[in-house]
This record gives sequence, structure tokens and C-alpha cells, in this order.
Amino acid sequence: MEKENDEVILLDYWPSMYGMRLRVALAEKEVKYEFKEEVVGGVKSPLLLKMNPIHKKIPVLIHNGKPICESLIAVEYIDEVWKDKSPLLPSDPYQRAQARFWADYIDKKLYAPGRKTWDAKGEEKEEGKKELIKSLKVLELEALGDRPYFGGESFGFVDIAFIGFYSWFYTFETFGNFSMEAECPKLVAWGTRCLQKESVSKSLPDPYKIYEIILTYRKHFGLE
Amino acid sequence: MQDLSLEIQFERVALDFSIQGRNKKRILFINFVIYKDLRVEQNLQTNCISLFYRFSTGRMGEVKVIGSSGSVFCTRVEWALKLKGVAYEYIQENLLNKSELLINSNPVHKKVPVLLHDDKPIVESLVILEYIDETWKGYSLLPQDPHERATARFWAKFVDETCVIGSWQAMQAEGEAKARAIESVQELFAFIEKQIQGKKFFGGEQIGYLDLVMGWKCHWLSAMEEVGQMKLLDQEKFPSLHQWAENFKQNPIIHEIMPPQENLVNYFQGGLNYLRSLATNKG
Repeated sequence: MEKENDEVILLDYWPSMYGMRLRVALAEKEVKYEFKEEVVGGVKSPLLLKMNPIHKKIPVLIHNGKPICESLIAVEYIDEVWKDKSPLLPSDPYQRAQARFWADYIDKKLYAPGRKTWDAKGEEKEEGKKELIKSLKVLELEALGDRPYFGGESFGFVDIAFIGFYSWFYTFETFGNFSMEAECPKLVAWGTRCLQKESVSKSLPDPYKIYEIILTYRKHFGLE
Repeated sequence: MQDLSLEIQFERVALDFSIQGRNKKRILFINFVIYKDLRVEQNLQTNCISLFYRFSTGRMGEVKVIGSSGSVFCTRVEWALKLKGVAYEYIQENLLNKSELLINSNPVHKKVPVLLHDDKPIVESLVILEYIDETWKGYSLLPQDPHERATARFWAKFVDETCVIGSWQAMQAEGEAKARAIESVQELFAFIEKQIQGKKFFGGEQIGYLDLVMGWKCHWLSAMEEVGQMKLLDQEKFPSLHQWAENFKQNPIIHEIMPPQENLVNYFQGGLNYLRSLATNKG
């Protein structure tokens, strides 16, 4: 239920796969919010340091002045506060546990190896690539299967948890030198399907722009 | 099995019933929440709801916990079930020789704890705690307010991802590295000290989700301190946290399942010896 005086601010950085989760969740709920850009690697704003003093990281959701940190926690918060529209988590406790399990898996198993594909060299990079592909295949087989979405027939919590990574596929496969389509065709098809939704298409950046920014980063750090 | 069918036009419904005059029960529906074996159908046009409740012989489902004594993450699950008054069977797992039951129940991570509810597995201790809270009503583990819930979840994640690992690392380290590790952990504890100031428990007046997650700060942390010959939870630096630990340990349910400190000392000492032997063999 939209309350007239709700003030919603999202501290975020456009290529952040974690920030994308919140953008999509807020869009699904049709919540109006102000996007405040924080450049990761740049000087942290006083607002960020005040709202997330522990980790000093984006994304941070600020609702009527109160911060909610950690992207999956913030997505659950959004689901609980704006509960009258587009439920993100299923209502059955067992299904909810499955959804939380896979979201936790995505958080633990993908970021670090994914990063190695573009931030590391030699053997470390190769190991990262292998680990990433292995974890993605588990996700594809066990969490998605033959269903249209991770949430089953409808887009839900796990889809939101993973959708940000989809926009990084091009970066991973280009620098990692492999084909996402060849390794995980169902995940690629899933991503294309999700992009049909307005909440997703207006929240995700152009994958090529992410690739470009990483290319600049790599040149700066002598990885090219 | 009997089915009771009822059509009511209210937002808040209390259904009182009994079977042959015995086992009087009341079920309260607020905003059409589905409660256990109940099916609720809402006709959005007429605002009519139909309630279908299946009477069974009263079993709440069969509950088992696969765990390993000494595990910080397993005991919190048992605490949660006990607080909710849920009966369960505990299955001790040998982590050096994992059982087929564990591997089948948790094929992705092959870790404990695992909660089996009518043979359906739920894994990852924080996920299990939320499942327990949602499945069995009565005693509330998480707060009701969404911001308070988000805050509790944030600190639970913080504790599990930084404090437990940090303390373990401080236990293992030696010399200057140890001093630095201790300092790091105490910086983390300073954040937590602020959270508990002025409160009896993290959950307020009663033990809640975050208290169960923090529970490792009792015997487990003391055991790590003993094995690592260090002091992390300094009473002078963290008086509120220290007091919280005393209050927490005194709760009879918590006390009943808390593993004795000597067992944990042996557990951690064994682990440390093993890691050191690996290091010696490598170098």
C-alpha cells in the first residue's frame, strides 16, 4: 500500500549486481524512489558512511530516513512493507526456505569466482572460471530446471537475486574466454525471458557498458 | 479426516471448534494467513473466505535434526525448536564419515545442520531458524516490525560472516598475527556491544532470533579463548555483552542444550592440532 509520505532512497552504483536487485524489487512493487549514485572506488559520501557505517558499501535502501543494508535483506524488507502487490517470496514456509537457500547460494558461490574471470591472471583466473561455471551449472540444474523462472511459474525472490549477474554474463564470458550460451543455455534463456518484464528491462544496464567499464579498470591496473 | 467448511465475510476471524467436545481449539485468521494444515480461499469479488481445516490425529509433523555436537550452527536450531515446544529427534552426524542421509538431504553443501520436517530437508542455519519461526506459531523468534526484522537479519549475517570466523582465526594465530587478529575481533564486538546496551536480550525482554545466533558467544567463544590462550570478550570493554551472555546462559532451555565447555575445548583443541599437523606436513 503506497503511503503518501513515504520517502525511499536507493544508494547504488549503476553496474552493481546487488543494487540491481533492489531496483527490480522496487519496480515490481511500483514504489517510487530516488536513485543516489555512489561511485564504487571513489570517495564515499557522508550519507553512505552514516547509513552503512559497518560495511560502508552499496546498495543501501533508505526508507523514511532508516537504512536497510545487505541487498537480500533489503529485498525481503521491500516484500514485507509493500506486501499488497507482486509478492516476491512464496507464502509456503518450505518454498520460502528453498528460495532463501538458493539466494544464499548465489551470494556465496558466484561473486568471488566471477570476479576472478576479469580481475585475476593465469592460474587464479582459470580456477575462478571453472568454479564459476561449476556453480552456475548447479544453479541451472537444481534451482531452475525446466521451469520458466526460479520462482516457478512467476518471477520471484531467487530471480531477483540472480538477475544482476545476468547483466554481467557478457563480461564474464569475454574476459574468461568461454561461452555462457554453450555452458548454461537455460540460464541465458531465463535471462532473456526476464528482460521481457519492464521491471527488469528498466533496472538493468546495457551489458556492453559493464564490459566497457571493466575494460577501463583492467587497463588501469595493467591487466590488459 | 474430517473437513470443516465455513463461509464468513470478515477481515478477522476466530474459529472455535472441538472434536466430540474434546480438544477445544481456536484458530485466529488475520488477513487470511494460511496456518498449518489450513486452506483458505478468498473470493476477491464478494470478499468471502472459505476455510478448510483438515483434522488429523494431532501430529505436528515429524521433525528431525541432523547435527554435530560442538557445532555453533546446530545448537541454535535445537534451541529454536525447544523454545517453540516442538518435539524432534536428534541424529548425530560424523563429519569425517558423512552419512547417506546427510548427503541426500543436503547434496549441494553436504553440511550440518539439516532440519527434516516430514522428510523435507531445510538447510543453512539462518534459513532453518526462519522456517521454524514461520511454521510453528506461538513463541516469536523474529520481531514483527519489518525494519526490526531487517536489523536482526543484518546482525545475524554480520556475526556469522565476521565474528565466528575472526575468533577462529585469532585462536589459530600466533605472535603478532594473533595480536592483530584479536584487535580485529574486538572491533567487531564493539559494534555488537552498542546493539545490546540497555536491553536484556537482543530480542528485547525475551530471547529471540538474534540471541540464538549470538549464542556461540557463550561456551564456544570461551572454549576458543581457552584453546587460543587469549581473551576476546573482555568484561571491562564489553560489559553489556558480558551481562547478556550471563542472562542468556541462565535460561533453562538454553542451558539444557548448551554443550559443556570442556567438550568444546576438546573439540577446538582437536581441530587446532589437526590444522597445525597439516601445516607441519606441508612445510
